[in-house]
Amino acid sequence: MRNSITRSVVGVLVVLALAAVPAGAPIAQGKGTIKIASQSPLSGGQAALGEGIKLGAQLAVEKFKGPLEKMGFKVEFVPYDDQAKPDVGVSNSKNIIADKDILAIIGHLNSGVAIPSSEVYKEVSLAMISPANTNPTVTDRKYTNVNRVCGRDDVQGVVGSEFAKSLNAKTVYVIHDKTPYGQGVAEFFRDDAKKKGLNVLGFEGTEEKSNFDPIITPIRARNPDLIYFGGIYDQGAPFFKQAREKGVKSKFMGPDGMDSSDLAKIAGKNVVGMYYTSAAGPASALPKAKQFVEDFKKKFGKNPEPYAAEAYDAATVALKAIEAAAKGGKAPSREDVAVAVRKVKLSGITGDIEFDAKGDRKKALYFVLQVDSDDPQKWGDNKIVKQLAIAPPSASKN
Amino acid sequence: MDLPLLLGILPQVLLDGLILGFMYALIALGYTMVYGVLEFINFAHSEIFIVGAFVGVEIMLGLKGAGMLDRLPWPLVLVLVLLAGMAASGLLAVTVERVAYRPLRHAPRLIPLISAIGISFFLQDAIRLFESLWRNAFNLVYPTMDVLNVRFELTQTIDVSVKSLVVIVAALAMLGVLHVLVNRTKIGTAIRAVAEDQAAASLMGINVNRIISLTFLIGGAMGGAAGVLFGVQYGLINPYTGFIPGLKAFTAAVLGGIGNIPGAMLGGLVLGLLEALAASYLSLLTGGAFGAEYKDIFAFSVLIVILIFRPKGLLGEVIRGRA
Amino acid sequence: MMLHSALAIAAVAVSSTAVATFPRSVLAFLAFQGAVLFVYLARVSRWLRVGLLGLALLVLMPLIGAYNGYYLEVATQVGIFVALALGLNIVVGLAGLLDLGYVAFFAVGAYAWAIPGSPQGNEIFGGGFPLPPSMFYLFLLVGLLVAAGAGILLGLPVLRLHGDYLAIVTLGFGEVIRVLANNLDKPINFTNGPKGITPIGRPPAPFGLPYGEYFYFLVLLIVAVVIVVNRRLEDSHIGRAWEAIREDEVAAQAMGVPLVRAKLLAFACGASFAGVMGVVFSAKQLFINPESFTFLESIGVLSMVILGGMGSIPGAVLGAMAVTVLNLQVLKGFSLWLNELKNAGVTILGFNLADLPTQFEPAKYERMIFGIILVLMMIFRPQGILPARRRQRELR
Repeated sequence: MRNSITRSVVGVLVVLALAAVPAGAPIAQGKGTIKIASQSPLSGGQAALGEGIKLGAQLAVEKFKGPLEKMGFKVEFVPYDDQAKPDVGVSNSKNIIADKDILAIIGHLNSGVAIPSSEVYKEVSLAMISPANTNPTVTDRKYTNVNRVCGRDDVQGVVGSEFAKSLNAKTVYVIHDKTPYGQGVAEFFRDDAKKKGLNVLGFEGTEEKSNFDPIITPIRARNPDLIYFGGIYDQGAPFFKQAREKGVKSKFMGPDGMDSSDLAKIAGKNVVGMYYTSAAGPASALPKAKQFVEDFKKKFGKNPEPYAAEAYDAATVALKAIEAAAKGGKAPSREDVAVAVRKVKLSGITGDIEFDAKGDRKKALYFVLQVDSDDPQKWGDNKIVKQLAIAPPSASKN
Repeated sequence: MDLPLLLGILPQVLLDGLILGFMYALIALGYTMVYGVLEFINFAHSEIFIVGAFVGVEIMLGLKGAGMLDRLPWPLVLVLVLLAGMAASGLLAVTVERVAYRPLRHAPRLIPLISAIGISFFLQDAIRLFESLWRNAFNLVYPTMDVLNVRFELTQTIDVSVKSLVVIVAALAMLGVLHVLVNRTKIGTAIRAVAEDQAAASLMGINVNRIISLTFLIGGAMGGAAGVLFGVQYGLINPYTGFIPGLKAFTAAVLGGIGNIPGAMLGGLVLGLLEALAASYLSLLTGGAFGAEYKDIFAFSVLIVILIFRPKGLLGEVIRGRA
Repeated sequence: MMLHSALAIAAVAVSSTAVATFPRSVLAFLAFQGAVLFVYLARVSRWLRVGLLGLALLVLMPLIGAYNGYYLEVATQVGIFVALALGLNIVVGLAGLLDLGYVAFFAVGAYAWAIPGSPQGNEIFGGGFPLPPSMFYLFLLVGLLVAAGAGILLGLPVLRLHGDYLAIVTLGFGEVIRVLANNLDKPINFTNGPKGITPIGRPPAPFGLPYGEYFYFLVLLIVAVVIVVNRRLEDSHIGRAWEAIREDEVAAQAMGVPLVRAKLLAFACGASFAGVMGVVFSAKQLFINPESFTFLESIGVLSMVILGGMGSIPGAVLGAMAVTVLNLQVLKGFSLWLNELKNAGVTILGFNLADLPTQFEPAKYERMIFGIILVLMMIFRPQGILPARRRQRELR
């Protein structure tokens, strides 16, 4: 009897103590704090890319918070981990919208997470600027608070297939990684290639990350002119490596998921001469990008991943919008920020940024790049083989 | 259906399947040996397998950094890396057994299983933490040794690379050593005795705890060797890579008959071949309706079918005698 | 008793005011949950217990939700997983059938509503979809039946297997369902593959409740029903048959227990709970894709059952609460808190936290912490936190 009383008293005291601790925890923010949040996968298989987004945004916040701080605000960056899972993304979003200081969110990496999470942001008109969600559905819903600085799969796939045709490829083989991103862009590539008269020999998806031998064997037997891999470099690199090692002679091409120095690091010589499309130019073409790469390396000790540059621009857009919306020392409302974001005109490190009525970049510049050397340090020197300025599908297309 | 094409690629597909199968067999051995003596699924074996791969890659990267990789003869490097991987994995397995399984040896079946799952999760992130601190990256690439990538074209449609040969030779060697160990030595007899009847074995003077530790050591070492070979063959590893091959290897062990060492070898080979065949042919045979993405469930489905008709696996169970 | 009652009331009162005053404090919300748990466990009169629990769950929780919608979300997720844990409890805890692919039934239920409740149905049938959202209630039943059917489908080939073979086959089944969901977008587009299905219809909320509150109450209601059903099953003929099978299959058969029927029934019952929750889940999320139904989720639910105490209903509830809260709140909250400290430039013993390498973000190591907890629990308290009585005597 005494035992259980003691236990329960202790239990309740713990409960009361926990309830009292919040008084000490630094959650009550003073007036005049502005927060920018990011949501991307920081754990699990895609952590490298999600981390890149977080670090890119963090760098931008630290670099450009000056003007807001001069206005008297405290500027903070709050990263969230959505684990690449929609449910986690949605519950994080609810937490994010409860924090009234957060005025913009940079996220996500996965369109599958961005779409349901943006439904939550929409409830309070929280401005979302995506660095990496290329699935058309993200902006096709025409939410006034959803924007993206990256390209769209339906354009990127077409760019790829146009370029393939210009290379005189007659037969193509398309592979994808069975994610909404990879499959999405691969399907657009395939459909457009068929329209342009290219013979699509095969369309395969695989979740396999290491052993591509059984998939490569039939491809090799068919000997296509070009192989298009819709996916991210961590899968593309071993695939291309093993394909070349098995004697596949086709040309290789991929979307912006391939835009990472790690592609060269993993696959080495095997990807030299390979093409990839991207809405972000290489560091060599845009001098601001070069500065970004150096800053990034200095602060975080490694080369920026894909989408880090986009996240940097996205966060810069957010800051500029908040500056524009903050009138006379008062923190702006979320609606004001969302409206201001749409009006931002920024010359960023990925090019000129301006949003159209759906939240896509007005004129996204698409590059077709070719890998120049197998040295990861020289990734920024990849040649631009072709440059296209393509407007995204207009708002009337749904 | 393009019959010449289908038949033409068959030898290559079979060869790829065989290589994959040997790797699964080596991993499966770890599962089956542990199950044989303890009737327990060592869920953490997939991480023990990948730890071997990581140790291997670290040594190779270290050698490369010191400029030694090109100067040393490649068989020496391989043997060194294999032994290191085996040692690391074996020791890890023994430690895990001591810490997380031994206290639970007499608990109902589910309890150590959950503990094993916990260790598996823990190891995945522990490797990641270690590698992020040590190298600021955890997606690691095995440095290529060019000599290993040399390919021999046997015929027009089939070729084999030196590293594939290395994998096959190494796997066969290890399976041979294991066979001799288990069947021709006193220690092997002790292991088989403990597998058959723990109580009787201890009455005969066998130190059961030590034998169990030894079993984990051997099984872990096999897994570690598989890990190094995996890294050499496929090039890219990360802390989460171990999970799927581990799962498939366990399926292979069950397929062959759990607790049965030749069964694990057979199961591994069969599974590897099935997977390669499915990956290469499914899409060709069904005109694109079902493709390589179904290869994993193809393997599982075959498992289910075999288990329905032979519930004890292909070669039957060899575990503690049940009344 | 008086002491307990006073403490219980005090705990609930203090913690709920704490949450109201500090709406973003994770600790306050945890304290509130702790208080609810204490009320459940404390030696207080039945009326007080029911009264306080009712107050906390029906009145205070939605009010808290008004302060911070996130907490309502957490509570709803907890509710969903409680139902899942209870379902798995039947299969693993009562009948002793080790099922490592339980999430497959959850997926089946989710897609059972997602396909007809969204434009996806048009891909298959050509037109007429999405169905009117009020059909959702009918589909709760449909989801239940479809999942039960899947349970029987799984049960049939595994009838002769036992122990670890059963485990691997159920694991395979779980993977099969996931891969099918991921790939059935050709030749006929059933599931839209990895891109998932959206937007999924929601029924109109009665009384004009905001959706956060509506789903919370719906989940609460379903959980209550599930608990009642579980209790009745446990004490029934079939429940005892299951426990007999778990303890010793051969003896059970010798005593006349119809093995086939009992096993299939166990699978079907367990699956049906997951199916119903699947329907609710897809309506709540508005978007589902195969990534929500991985092996990790199956293991998560299994861990909830084991941690809480196999075969024990309060155990399953507690296990679900503990694991979900751990994943959703504790680790993330710790991470956020650490981040705030970093931003504020706090120093510990002269070491500026802002210099802590990014590798040390606690939220990244959820798996590791989860793993350690599992191992420690198994070594030190394998019967679970709230074990079923019989189990306790077995394992002590």
